[in-house]
Amino acid sequence: MFIRTYLVPRLLQYILVIFLGITIVFFIPRLAPTNPVERTISEIRSRGTYLDPAHIQQMVDDLTEMYGLSGSWLQQYRDFWVRLSGGDFGISFFQFPTPVIVLIKNALPWTVGLLFTTTVFSWVFGNIFGGMAGYAHNRRWSKALDVIVMFIRPIPYYVFALSLLILFGYVFRRFPIAGGASIGRTPSFTLSYILDVLRHAFLPALSMVVLGAASWFQTTKLIVQNVNSEDFVQYAQLGGITEGKIMFRYVIRNAMLPQITNLALSLGQILSGALITEVVFSYPGIGHLLFSAILTGDYNLIMGIIALSIVGITTLVLLVDLIYPLFDPRIRYR
Amino acid sequence: MGSTLKELFRDYRFFFAFTVLCFLLALALLSFLSPYDPTIWFYVPRDLPASSQHLLGTCSRGQDIFWQATFAIRNSLIISVIAGVVSRVIAVSVGLVAGYRGGMMDRFLMFISDGFLVIPLFLIIVMLAMLIRDRMTIVTTGLLLAVFGWAWDARVIRSQVLSLREREFTKTAILSGTGTLELVFKEYLPYITPLAFSTLINNMSWAIGMEMTLSIVGLTNMDIPTLGTTLKWALNYQAILLKRWNWLLTPVVLSVLLFIALYWLSVSISEYLDPRSRVQRVGGE
Repeated sequence: MFIRTYLVPRLLQYILVIFLGITIVFFIPRLAPTNPVERTISEIRSRGTYLDPAHIQQMVDDLTEMYGLSGSWLQQYRDFWVRLSGGDFGISFFQFPTPVIVLIKNALPWTVGLLFTTTVFSWVFGNIFGGMAGYAHNRRWSKALDVIVMFIRPIPYYVFALSLLILFGYVFRRFPIAGGASIGRTPSFTLSYILDVLRHAFLPALSMVVLGAASWFQTTKLIVQNVNSEDFVQYAQLGGITEGKIMFRYVIRNAMLPQITNLALSLGQILSGALITEVVFSYPGIGHLLFSAILTGDYNLIMGIIALSIVGITTLVLLVDLIYPLFDPRIRYR
Repeated sequence: MGSTLKELFRDYRFFFAFTVLCFLLALALLSFLSPYDPTIWFYVPRDLPASSQHLLGTCSRGQDIFWQATFAIRNSLIISVIAGVVSRVIAVSVGLVAGYRGGMMDRFLMFISDGFLVIPLFLIIVMLAMLIRDRMTIVTTGLLLAVFGWAWDARVIRSQVLSLREREFTKTAILSGTGTLELVFKEYLPYITPLAFSTLINNMSWAIGMEMTLSIVGLTNMDIPTLGTTLKWALNYQAILLKRWNWLLTPVVLSVLLFIALYWLSVSISEYLDPRSRVQRVGGE
């Protein structure tokens, strides 16, 4: 019963979303008014390079081949899937002739590290503080926290990161303002290298954790305020269970369940936020790579990043959905 | 109406948001009186500090920062209104149809909106913007954002319709011979409108932020002054390193004010619409 009502629909949705996402990625460049080949050539020309007509035809053919644009759409579509499943995203244009997959592989650990730690930290902080503030919502500290969050919450990732960059990177000069590690250092498992990486990661991580925690704080606070008015809380209070125990064992635990689902739903937005934060701090991850790809018009790289992000995020969402029953016995025993 | 406003104004957040938005709107309207054309460079000396002649000084492109900012706010607001209104039309129709029709239609529409929620939309928008980069105007930017900004709100509206459908008056209306369209438009829409309005404000805020993000990665038309492009020009000319704060902070401060004002407006309105939280705010619990 659990498998049929819980597992199968989610697996089905997983496959369908990936299918839909990749199909959109396939069709957008083909339906757009200008195609990537024309754009690339006009961009090369606009830099003042002279190209004779014979060369241009040769380039058009090569680029068409490179972007996987030769043959009928059906054929291209089939090739697209075959190449994707083999991890082949073509050759990067801006770091010719490095394959796209190599560039992504080099950048991926930075993004995954940043994304994973900040998501976990902000979720945990936001839920605990939000839960406490919701449980004691008439106290002064709870109200003060609420007002602070009201200021931070609406600010988009980019503007917030930039403000932190200006504040700590230039006005107070406490932290490095760019890069993932000091220039010229070779990656190694020494303490000083790890500290260097952490120092560089601090500002980007801080901006993501604060913004993320602010949004979790508010939703948890609302949920907890609703759980608060349920009978079992009053019963526990009458039964003489300590406030701390009621708050953490019963109220916050119940409030966290919907937040797991919300986490799955917002992973895509968190990723977008991480990418843009990387651009602000020139952090050497996928976001920074995407930025360079946009500046140089590197379609293969952009499509590779987008396709991988879609697969990665939907897989993560599926994983969160799959571990959810471990926390919620109501679904396990239904 | 009068008493509604009176109660809303008692909320300090609404009061603040309303005042700030009026101020920003006034700035946007001032742009019509601007003595300069925002697309022309070097009409004033470069890099002047603030003075009575140039309220916020001038930038390295030889433009007056104050007047440029009035255009930026106007255009950003127009983009966000286009994005917000068009995506509301989509969200309300999807929500109404999915909620009222139910069944396969509901499952299909919700699958699409779930997909929109899960996929990192920013990346898809980037890809689209990349291909229509040359044709980006205020209107196309607004429409581009509208196509992607409806998914979450369609879900919210759908769940509202689902609960309306279970209410007594729906059965009364159907049994007394009200047609589907009439029922949906005459009976349900009044319930949906406040919801659509409060999501509209949030969506406008999202659209302004997204426009800024797209501008920063260089995917909008840099000749049209918006909050995003103004900031991008400042960054391009290394305003941080050169400590040209008047240039850099103008779009940052204005946009932060705008985001906070829009958010507080939507929070205070939706709290007003939800009686439970109104009671908590007054302290009746």
